[in-house]
Amino acid sequence: MIEIRDLYKYYGDRRALGPVTADIAEGEIIGLLGLNGAGKTTTLRILACDLLPTSGTVRVGGYDVVSAPDEVRARVGYLPDRPPLYDDMSVREYLAFAARLRRVPKADVARRVDEVVEQTELGDVVHQLIGTLSHGFRQRVGIAQAIVHRPAFVVLDEPISGLDPVQIVEMRELVRGLRGAHTVIVSSHILTEISETCDRIFVIDEGRIAWAGTEKELSSEFGQGMRVDVTVRGGDETRVLELLRAVDGVQSAEIATPTEPGEDVRTVRLSARGDVRDAVCRALVTANLSVLELVRRRELESMVLALLGSGESAARRRSKKRSESRREAPAEAAVPEGAEGA
Amino acid sequence: MNAALLIARRELFAYLRSPLGAAVIAGALLIDGIWFYWQGLTQKLLSVEVLQQFIYGASGTTMAAGLLLSMRLLAEERQTGTLVLLHTSPIRDSQIVLGKYLSALVVLFVATLLTAYMPALIFVNGKVSIGHVLVGYLGLLLLGSAAISIGLFGSALARSQVVAVIVSAAILAAMVLLWAVARSVDPPVNRFLSALALHHENFRPFMLGRLELGCVAYYVMVTNFFLLGATKVLEARRWR
Repeated sequence: MIEIRDLYKYYGDRRALGPVTADIAEGEIIGLLGLNGAGKTTTLRILACDLLPTSGTVRVGGYDVVSAPDEVRARVGYLPDRPPLYDDMSVREYLAFAARLRRVPKADVARRVDEVVEQTELGDVVHQLIGTLSHGFRQRVGIAQAIVHRPAFVVLDEPISGLDPVQIVEMRELVRGLRGAHTVIVSSHILTEISETCDRIFVIDEGRIAWAGTEKELSSEFGQGMRVDVTVRGGDETRVLELLRAVDGVQSAEIATPTEPGEDVRTVRLSARGDVRDAVCRALVTANLSVLELVRRRELESMVLALLGSGESAARRRSKKRSESRREAPAEAAVPEGAEGA
Repeated sequence: MNAALLIARRELFAYLRSPLGAAVIAGALLIDGIWFYWQGLTQKLLSVEVLQQFIYGASGTTMAAGLLLSMRLLAEERQTGTLVLLHTSPIRDSQIVLGKYLSALVVLFVATLLTAYMPALIFVNGKVSIGHVLVGYLGLLLLGSAAISIGLFGSALARSQVVAVIVSAAILAAMVLLWAVARSVDPPVNRFLSALALHHENFRPFMLGRLELGCVAYYVMVTNFFLLGATKVLEARRWR
């Protein structure tokens, strides 16, 4: 579906992206993770044909973004980080305009707009001016314009940015609903969002794909075991910690902020080599302690940080990268032979 | 072409929904009206001279209206982020520019047409040739078209509408003032500069009721030149 080969993008002398090589299969939902300035938006803009690459090739559905941009654009739906909305148009007018721009035949426009309004649950505001909509609805209209022409490939840049928790859940469902009908690439800073929605993850660092794979693969490579939060009632702190540290496979146990109220309630954060949840439960119950909650922590954030280095070192690298990349040679000279990103 | 018409239609609605279109039309009518009243009723001029002076005065308001109508066309899209919608749709940059240009031209055409009652008033107590009126209006539209294309070019360069109108006004003023520069240099450079001037040499025949093909071609070429410039600025943005 999408082939990216030795893709580079320079802004003046500064390398923003590259080398990037990747393949995305039809129907996949790809999550793009990375720090600010890592090159996520540049990648998405090139895939959406909003920006041209300095070198390398990107083919969408067999069409090259440089030599056949109109063919690519007809097959791509793009929601930038700020939805491109005309405040002076109603939702219906705007979606019809977007559909016509994307070559939807005039006779099919009304039907397509109705379908997409239903899909994105915009029925209540369809005749309202876009300028009067809440942020959540504006994001929905942004997604609606991206899929109104039934593109094979949908590019979403930070679709949940600025949404409240309820809107995030709704948006997650909306993005999940695109599965099957569209190939989707979505970037987000909210890492759990990526793990909830995407089939594969591309971690972008300093303009390169630092890692690509599923969350499970990332976990086995960087997760270093399992992290579990267990909340117990009864027993004193020392006894609970001793009990848990004695469980086979537990590497460390530390007291954390309790997740439940109560004087004799404590939450312990465990690091283990493998899945120790059943052994932990058994040990606590045998010792006559009540297990109130046992939760496996989502690891994605810590794994990505492990991959990119700690937050502090990542910031240092980012600052160093800016100064170094300005000194690098121009695009063509800087492209290494056979460079490969992922 | 269809995409250009689609964009033109959207922009026309935007003019209708925003106060800008109405304000520009109202402002142009007011200034033209005062000018016509002053020339027609307070000066002792022949009918043909009143018409010439009206066309001369209206050329100033037409240029200003052209700039004001076009300043938002691309700068606002960039400012609000909506240019991305057009840039990621399967349409060419030239179609975007053409659509925007056509919408502003239609509004300017309406504004110019609404002034037609003024030359018509000359017929109450005087007599002028209909051809003179038509040629004068053709000149105004051609001049307005050139001003819109210059405004569109400035709008493509700038992110803010204010900067866009300043840049465009500077270009337009420089082109208008070429006739003054021409007066201070020797032949043949003076003739060359004079021929390039946006208003003086090229607009005078329309004012006098003479239809000269060279002047028509001049305004068409200026319009094309700046529309092409705006297109190239948009194309270049994709490489930056």
